[in-house]
Amino acid sequence: MLFKLSIKNMKKSFKDYAIYFLTLVLGVAIFYMFNSLDTQQAMLDVSTSTREIIKLMIGMLNIVSVFVAVTLGLLIAYANNFLINRRKKEFGIYMILGMGKRQISKIILFETILVGIVSLVCGIVIGVFASQFMSVLVAKLFEADMSKFTFVFSREACIKTCIYFAIMYLAVMIFNTITISRYKLINLLTAIKKNEKVKMKNPFISILIFLIAAGILGFCYYKVTIDANKITEISQMLQIILLGILGTFLIFWSLSGFILRLVQSLKGTYLKGTNMFVLRQINNKINTTVISMTVICLMLFMTISILSSSLSLRNTMQKDLLDMTPVDLNLYKTANLPEEYTRYGKKYRATEEAIEDSKITIVETLENNDFDISKLKDIVEIPIYATNDLTWGDFIGDKYEEVKAQFPMLKYDTAETIVKVSDYNKLAKLYGNEQYSLNDDEYIVLCEFDNMLSIRNGVLEKGNILEIAGKEYKPKYDECKEGFIEMSTSHTNTGIILVPDSCNLTEDMKEETFLAANYNATSDEEKEEIEKNFIESDSILIKNLEEKGITLDGMTRISIIESSTGVAAIVVFIAIYLGIIFLIASAAILALKQLTESADNKQRYIILRKIGCDEKMINQALFRQIAIFFMLPLILAIIHSIFGIQFAITLMSVLASKEELLPSAIATVLIIGIVYGLYFLATYFGSKNIIKEE
Amino acid sequence: MSTVLEVKNVEKYYGNKSNLTKALNNISFKVEKGEFVGIMGASGSGKTTLLNCISTIDRVTSGNIFINNLDITKLKGNNLNKFRREELGFIFQDFNLLDTLTAYENIALALTIQKVHAKEIDKRVKEVASKLEISDILKKYPYQISGGQKQRVASARAIITNPKLVLADEPTGALDSKSARQLLETFDVLNRSLGSTILMVTHDAFTASYADRIIFIKDGKIFNELTKGNSLRKQFFEKIIEVQTLLGGDLNDVI
Repeated sequence: MLFKLSIKNMKKSFKDYAIYFLTLVLGVAIFYMFNSLDTQQAMLDVSTSTREIIKLMIGMLNIVSVFVAVTLGLLIAYANNFLINRRKKEFGIYMILGMGKRQISKIILFETILVGIVSLVCGIVIGVFASQFMSVLVAKLFEADMSKFTFVFSREACIKTCIYFAIMYLAVMIFNTITISRYKLINLLTAIKKNEKVKMKNPFISILIFLIAAGILGFCYYKVTIDANKITEISQMLQIILLGILGTFLIFWSLSGFILRLVQSLKGTYLKGTNMFVLRQINNKINTTVISMTVICLMLFMTISILSSSLSLRNTMQKDLLDMTPVDLNLYKTANLPEEYTRYGKKYRATEEAIEDSKITIVETLENNDFDISKLKDIVEIPIYATNDLTWGDFIGDKYEEVKAQFPMLKYDTAETIVKVSDYNKLAKLYGNEQYSLNDDEYIVLCEFDNMLSIRNGVLEKGNILEIAGKEYKPKYDECKEGFIEMSTSHTNTGIILVPDSCNLTEDMKEETFLAANYNATSDEEKEEIEKNFIESDSILIKNLEEKGITLDGMTRISIIESSTGVAAIVVFIAIYLGIIFLIASAAILALKQLTESADNKQRYIILRKIGCDEKMINQALFRQIAIFFMLPLILAIIHSIFGIQFAITLMSVLASKEELLPSAIATVLIIGIVYGLYFLATYFGSKNIIKEE
Repeated sequence: MSTVLEVKNVEKYYGNKSNLTKALNNISFKVEKGEFVGIMGASGSGKTTLLNCISTIDRVTSGNIFINNLDITKLKGNNLNKFRREELGFIFQDFNLLDTLTAYENIALALTIQKVHAKEIDKRVKEVASKLEISDILKKYPYQISGGQKQRVASARAIITNPKLVLADEPTGALDSKSARQLLETFDVLNRSLGSTILMVTHDAFTASYADRIIFIKDGKIFNELTKGNSLRKQFFEKIIEVQTLLGGDLNDVI
């Protein structure tokens, strides 16, 4: 019986449920889509080069998903609260008929379960299909190979989605039961709101505040665009953000009063049709919703900024990459391999062949293992030294205690990397980096990694004397210089010490030999052919090396770029994920606020109807009212983001031209248009339904 | 004198064949221009249904209603809305003022939805306000003024469009006796100085005594009709009470 009642209720109030349902379905679909990301075809392709990237992404998505789940949970609770409030009178009647609170809770329980199951199923179905679509998008964005398209269904993501949402629904059910148990019958029956007192603001104060707010925002805009270079510290940025929030708040606080005053002075417009009514409605409502409007506007601002700047971030990362990957191939191999060695925390026993091999050059190793060395060109091979007499701890010297207190996690017994200056110059020449010269008693430190850089600079300032191979050296410069040996995705060189060629570095100090070379090929296809020798586990070279137990490490430009694309993908996806969730949250809150108010406004529309407004006029008034309500935060958010994105670009120091930004801006507008538009329509039709006379 | 309203053999049935309720049963009467007519009856007598039919909110089952010789039972859709907007003025028991609008704007709204020019609106609102003595509260919001003042604002809104007929549904229902008296004085002004034709539904004898003529309805039929003529209001009031007493007790039971 109760179950029947639940179903009938839902059928009857389907339009009321539309927003709630829409939010749930979108939430489920997006949750599934992003949690199934790692199993998607395009993703598999993009990330083949680095397993760790995938792991990192799954880890980050997991964390973000918890955050998203909490956001969605709160949203669902809010939406649900709206529905319960709408039905107070209905519950009152049930109670008069003798139904207990427990039975009412049961009805709601059935409804929640029903809505929950239906929305889960719908959401997952939509999610599964949308994620296929997203694969195509991913492929387009990251030029992944989509020739072997397969339909992917992620069981794990599905189960995870179900569990997360089950928990959310459970929380909502408990919340409902508590709410119901607190109701008093009298309040339920007289729940229909009367016309409230309307608090009007002094129009002149509104105008004044509006001008001040516009001034504050103008100042912020100026600061983040023309004056952006002067922002060097986070505290300055925080100040601007806080000012921006204040400005936004004040704008909404005063906007309606300002507009009202403005239009009132244009009597022809004000006294035309239902304009007066609509303006007063907005004025009346905005007064009570300043805070939520501010929050919604800021959320939209974040959505727009995150979406469009992350989409253009991809371009930035690829620019950085070009600097860091000057050649096609880096190879390195441990020199003077002992009989037992550890690698990635595991102990190995070296084969005899490996020990032999560790004494020869990489070029020789390659030739010995059936690799045609003519496939490579511009070969530079240099020895890299390290000695336990010069560790990281030795380098910092006097400052050891101070630094250790600050960074206890660093390993202080790691031997420093030492390279002869002429060897480095050979490499630098190939890389197109700066070459250095040294006197016989000098050394130079190359370092690009920010944290290490500051420590090392502190040491170098003091003119730290180093003892290397029995001789003392003084620093040539009082700071670190730029340069690197190994290619990587970004500036991660933690420190290389360059010493003069005269330095007595013995053969047993040689830690590894390092090779840099280009592929002897012109086209990309040819390069990929050569690349296969080094990355595919069934290549002759790798098989031969494996057989002999020789370890040859290395990295290639192609794999670095691929893994870096993976990082870009993570950033983009997490940004889209959060962006859309923020968008849904703000749209849903806005929609529900509108619907709540439409319920309260019903009386006003009935009056309009009574004094002779026809349905067309009423619908038009309602449409305008809701449209303005939806547009206001969006417009301000768009204005904010025009400046915000420019600042983000300055921060990321992208040389992105407007043409590069345009596609991402269009994509952002599309996403927002669809989600926001859906909510707008659902709100309009829902409100129309509410104000319709029975 | 021309006839503003003519109700001719109006019937209104609710329900179906097996269970028929005759809310209005063959009612006919006329209201002349400039008349102030009251309709009285107990609750359930059909007076509100009658008003709804006249105000085009509800449709009759059979019969005709003519306003200014136009048969409104034949009107449809937008014409109906237009007719209601332009030819009728409404005064409700619970004022039905928009709380977000000032008194001025509430009155002006009736004109703006008729697309009257802004300058004209301003002129007319001020004119009406001074006649109804509400000029000094025009800038106030409904919650800032008393019930009597609210109803006068509502009256101003009802007549500002120069309607052929003003329909008042229990206008004093939500007012205390002093405010009610003031409002009825206002109706007198509307009726006598501004020449409005008023049709008022009420169940209160005192309120009804301000009318020129009273039509009593019982069980959907016209039961009696009283005309004030030259009698004083007090005498008229007593007559009304008499009829009401007759109406109140169930005649069949007594006899």
